[in-house]
Amino acid sequence: MERLVKYESDDLNLKATELRLGLPGSDEPEKFSSRSNKRASPEISQESKSNSSVSYGGNDERDSAPPAKAQVVGWPPIRSYRKNTLQAKKNESDGAGMYVKVSMDGAPYLRKIDLKVYKCYLELLKALENMFKLTIGEYSEREGYNGSEYAPTYEDKDGDWMLVGDVPWNMFINSCKRLRIMKGSEAIGLGCA
Amino acid sequence: MHHDLALQQMSEDDDRSPPLDLRCASINKTRNCSGGISASGSSTSSSSSSSSSIPVPVPIPITEYQSPYPDQVLENVLENVLHFLTSRRDRNAASLVCKSWWRAEAMTRSELFIGNCYAVSPHRATRRFRRVRALVLKGKPRFADFNLMPPDWGAHFTPWLSVMATAYPLLEKVCLKRMSVTDEDLQLLAESFSGFKELMLVCCEGFGTNGLAFIASKCRQLRVLDLIETEVTEDEVDWISCFPEGETCLESLIFDCVECAINSEALEKLVARSPSLKKLRLNRNVSIGQLYRLMIKAPQLTHLGTGSFSSLEGDPELDYVSAFAACKSLVCLSGFREIIPDYLPAIYPVCANLTSLNFSYANITAEQLKPIISNCYKLQIFWVLDSICDEGLQAVAATCKELRELRVFPINAQEDVEGPVSEIGLQAISEGCRKLQSILYFCQRMTNAAVIAMSKNCPDLEVFRLCIMGRHRRDHVTGEPMDEGFGAIVMNCKKLTRLAVSGLLTDRAFSYIGKYGKLVRTLSVAFAGDSDTGLKYVLEGCPRLQKLEIRDSPFGDAALQSGLHHYYNMRFLWMSSCRLTHRGCHEIARAMPRMVVEVIRFEGEEVIDEYVETLYMYRSLEGPRHDAPEFVTILRADG
Repeated sequence: MERLVKYESDDLNLKATELRLGLPGSDEPEKFSSRSNKRASPEISQESKSNSSVSYGGNDERDSAPPAKAQVVGWPPIRSYRKNTLQAKKNESDGAGMYVKVSMDGAPYLRKIDLKVYKCYLELLKALENMFKLTIGEYSEREGYNGSEYAPTYEDKDGDWMLVGDVPWNMFINSCKRLRIMKGSEAIGLGCA
Repeated sequence: MHHDLALQQMSEDDDRSPPLDLRCASINKTRNCSGGISASGSSTSSSSSSSSSIPVPVPIPITEYQSPYPDQVLENVLENVLHFLTSRRDRNAASLVCKSWWRAEAMTRSELFIGNCYAVSPHRATRRFRRVRALVLKGKPRFADFNLMPPDWGAHFTPWLSVMATAYPLLEKVCLKRMSVTDEDLQLLAESFSGFKELMLVCCEGFGTNGLAFIASKCRQLRVLDLIETEVTEDEVDWISCFPEGETCLESLIFDCVECAINSEALEKLVARSPSLKKLRLNRNVSIGQLYRLMIKAPQLTHLGTGSFSSLEGDPELDYVSAFAACKSLVCLSGFREIIPDYLPAIYPVCANLTSLNFSYANITAEQLKPIISNCYKLQIFWVLDSICDEGLQAVAATCKELRELRVFPINAQEDVEGPVSEIGLQAISEGCRKLQSILYFCQRMTNAAVIAMSKNCPDLEVFRLCIMGRHRRDHVTGEPMDEGFGAIVMNCKKLTRLAVSGLLTDRAFSYIGKYGKLVRTLSVAFAGDSDTGLKYVLEGCPRLQKLEIRDSPFGDAALQSGLHHYYNMRFLWMSSCRLTHRGCHEIARAMPRMVVEVIRFEGEEVIDEYVETLYMYRSLEGPRHDAPEFVTILRADG
């Protein structure tokens, strides 16, 4: 039996992406009536809680740092020596970034982003939305980004194209070679469990 | 300060005089442009466009061109007179007068400036200039500093060094900027030139403390060893201990960028036996206690980089104030890499003498700055972090009436954060520092009004670089694009030679630049413009344009075509993440056989659509270079 469920806009939508054993279809599939700006996965919610006090460089003393916006490569134009020197006092991480290219269907040129800047999918997707001025729908394990105009995908180490969000975050950043924001219609074949 | 006169000359661009052009070599293939004089095997010093000529395939020895009535006396007189001509532009002009002036100039040029290491080959340069004592050599384009160019792109010092090792045994001075240098290079350099005196490496990489050890130990006449914003790998060699025993000739030792531990005892002994030492800039591994011990051994210093300016466990509380007070000649202060602000008052005794102060690594507040800056009334150069906020800049404006150069760096180099400096700081500076010549200002928000005010208040501006870090940001008060502000700068600042733009800019801004920016030599553009028209305005309007670097702007092939008349007069053109296609770049390569047209892609990525990731092109007498890595494609004229 299918059931439409309405979600509040601040609901983390845990149920839909809950990792559990069981055949697909053994529980009621849920549809999402509206896009919310929060992407949901169990990892995301946990990480955003534990990282709420992380500040991203600078003198950020607020309790919950907003997710870092997309860091375009080489912008602002500060030499990495200077950037690293100032940030070294704040973070322990080294200056080496984990740069991957991001392409979007229909856009003529690529962006590059540093995956190390983000701590979870939520931040990454927000950053992508901001960078390309679009909205990516919600992720669900079952349906991917069904219902949204764009779906973020990535090429992993094996050369396979996967849906962003399918694997735990750490696994993702270690295997992601590049990102591609596909038109939603094209991404249907990917990521279904 | 970072910029000695020599470095300032390094960053200057080419000729002011209208250049002879290589155009006739390519566009008018039927017309033979080689006059009797210029058709000889004369080669262009790549520093200037005015001494261009068409190189013949076989270099013709000079002796074949002796005039029928040699006037040896006149030649000797000429050579003696030319010794006094030091500016390379003057020398380039002199070399074009006639054959004997060309010869005399070539024999007497002692400092060789090569603005692009690929524009001319070491062989060609050394064949023309026989008696060079000093070399200035530049490699990668500036955007390489911001990770926009893959590593191992090129700019290797080795081929230059291997030729010069035999051609210039009397070489004394080498200045490299954005070159790739190896330990073996440094070893060869140290072993080849017995009288070697000065080594300056700016924004270089590829070597480590091993290389430094060779320089220290073998260059017995070494006066200057300056490492500025250069990467040095830690080979765990104590290079400071490699300086020979006995008195040294050292005048300048700058290593504030070297991220390695230093043997401070060896350094103290070195300083103690270097009576000529005037410039000492320490790295951040030197604590304030160690600084003290060095300072009391070198009260004659004029330039000091203080290292960390913080204390280690066990550093005694010393009389830092008197150490500074003893340095009566100190005019340039930098360092403060890990500053403990409590120690700041130690520098009070020198403030009144300072002409240059670099706080750009010091995270200090306006309140901490004020007592210092209020005494720095002679200050001409000031680098600082935006942690001082607009209020700190107001304090600077109130006191530093002699300020010529200001750089405000962001402590938080990200977009979309709350920025501590804004149009308020810029306005204050423009009102207080009327003699300003050069500004680099990072901020998160700006208004046209403040930029316009600066254009009117600071008529001596030569360098205006404003970086509004949020891309496409509008005037945050009026909501307008930033066109009018930058327009006012090019319109009112009649001496402007260097411009970097930011914020939301339409083609209108570029129309202003093309219309008024007649002296602009260097232009940096990022995330700006609407269409090809913008770039066309610039290429058609700016006759002095030498260096054009553009990223992430919607300029395409048609715009590129509009610069064909000018590219031979430029040092380089960089365009990344624009709308150039392979076909468009090929057309340029076909139309301009003496341009090296490099298409650079990242990390073996395939082409997305037909667009070019990065175009980097430059004039060259040598054709495509042979050391291009696989991610660089050089488009052929016949391709």
